Amino acid sequence: MATVKKARRGRTGIAKRENSNRKAYVFLLPYLVLFSLFIVIPMIVAIGLSFTSFDTIQTPTFTGFMNYITLFTKDQVFMQKVLPNTIVYALIVGPGGYILSFLVAWALSQLSPVPRTVLTVIFYSPSITGMTAMTVLWKVIFSGDQMGYLNSILMNLGILDEPVLWLTDSRYLLPIMIVVALWSSMGVGFLAMLAGILNSDESLYEAAAIDGVKNRVQEMIYITIPTMKPQMLFGAVMAIVNTFQNGVIGVQLSGANPTPNYAGQLIVNHIEDYGFIRYEMGYAAAVSVILLIIVWVFSKIFGKLFSSKDM
Amino acid sequence: MYRGNHINPQKFEKGQTKILLVLIPLALFFGLPILFLVCHAFKPMDELFAFPPRFYVVRPTLENFEKLFKASSTSGIPISRYVFNSIIVTALVVFASVVFATMSGFALSKLKFRGKNMIMEINNAALMFVAVAVMIPRYLLVDMIGIKDTYLAHILPLIALPVGLFLVKQFIDQVPDSLIEAAYIDGSGEFRIYWKIILPLIKPAIATCAILAFQQVWTNVETSNLYINNEGMKTLPFYLNTLINLNNNVAGQGVAAAASLLLFLPNFLMFLVLRKSFMNTMANSGIK
Repeated sequence: MATVKKARRGRTGIAKRENSNRKAYVFLLPYLVLFSLFIVIPMIVAIGLSFTSFDTIQTPTFTGFMNYITLFTKDQVFMQKVLPNTIVYALIVGPGGYILSFLVAWALSQLSPVPRTVLTVIFYSPSITGMTAMTVLWKVIFSGDQMGYLNSILMNLGILDEPVLWLTDSRYLLPIMIVVALWSSMGVGFLAMLAGILNSDESLYEAAAIDGVKNRVQEMIYITIPTMKPQMLFGAVMAIVNTFQNGVIGVQLSGANPTPNYAGQLIVNHIEDYGFIRYEMGYAAAVSVILLIIVWVFSKIFGKLFSSKDM
Repeated sequence: MYRGNHINPQKFEKGQTKILLVLIPLALFFGLPILFLVCHAFKPMDELFAFPPRFYVVRPTLENFEKLFKASSTSGIPISRYVFNSIIVTALVVFASVVFATMSGFALSKLKFRGKNMIMEINNAALMFVAVAVMIPRYLLVDMIGIKDTYLAHILPLIALPVGLFLVKQFIDQVPDSLIEAAYIDGSGEFRIYWKIILPLIKPAIATCAILAFQQVWTNVETSNLYINNEGMKTLPFYLNTLINLNNNVAGQGVAAAASLLLFLPNFLMFLVLRKSFMNTMANSGIK
């Protein structure tokens, strides 16, 4: 009798754990507090502030959609420079970096372990140099006088007659930003896709060979990509985040915000310009909201592309 | 006529040559700038000024590093102070990040409670969180809760790392439930299970989370820029940033390159050492 009772009590204990385990909240608490405080609340505050006029000294005053209306109808810099720059930059660096990451990851998976490891480290390392080191490095290479490495090489080859001011010339800044951003785009997403390809199921390839899949490219299209959709989606999200996070590169390279002629001005720089240089926080918040919406739309598109739920 | 798939071959085969022919030139584009940075950091003055400029270094010297360490900011704070701040801040962020992410990952993966799916969904949505987008509200919050000009301003905003929690949770999903059930029957509580079963089994995920947190904090300039006014509380990347902006001439380049190398190397070495664990975790990184 006693043992049965004990066993039953034991089971109810576990059953309780199966349904609602209060201790879970203890485990989650520290993370959730910081997560809410520095990720969720800032987004809500950004949305709230975007409907106000706020100069950090006086209390915000509600202005309705005024900031958004100004942004889309009166802010010439935003409509003529910042938005087109951001679209060009994001469309090339986002999908470009992503496709490049996937293709390189796939090519690496076709190599034997030693060359693969060496090359993986080489491709990955630019993504961890950090903004500061990246700026130092590319500033030296694109330096505007004849001491600049690119100028020197091009002049030696006879392509240029005199040095070009790469980083302050509004014609070159955006393309250079794109090159640098692509250079540092092989990050966590790239490694995730590589790991995904390496862990794919051998029997699928065998079955596909019987069904008539003949070469590497067919393998990639018919087996590799469909079986690693979840990794592809993770890689896409990382690519989007990286693209926008690296958007400050133009200001870093040219050494000025606003960038010369607004040539390398992206949404991120516009936020900084209005927020911390002009102290128009409400307006800057509206720009932030637009950026968050752009990121969200991008992620949704990729989510649809690589959804594994409908499979 | 199945001759094995092409993925993950163990040996070199002829078919791999054409892949190498494409990859190696591309690898040069990715690798040479880094190599250049390394060379530049060790160039003596006359080689920095050499004309035409040279890629490699002929007589490597530690001159630039010496200058870097002797240099101090305009307000007279020695570089050792910035290094000290950086190490403290980085160590605390990495530690807290790993502890909190593994605790939450354990709860989200193995414990049953109300609101679990919602929390997971929100965290997944936050994977696409772009910190620079909300720099203003973040700044206002840091100001409001009164941690401006303290170490906490460097530390607290960077601890919650959605991607870290996501990867850790995915990894804990691989731990069989039967292990946990057995531990319950043996009378273990949740904390004991977390400490004795989960943590030892998820070392690769811990390493990965640590790497990601390290990358966030070690090269972070924003926290010093925005949340700290006191020069003595700022971190190394901030100081290096001012160096770059101050002496943007050829002589300064060597010092700046040396400084950049100091920022890059720990990141690089950490990845190199923990590479296997990292790749192991990445295999479970899919978003379903």
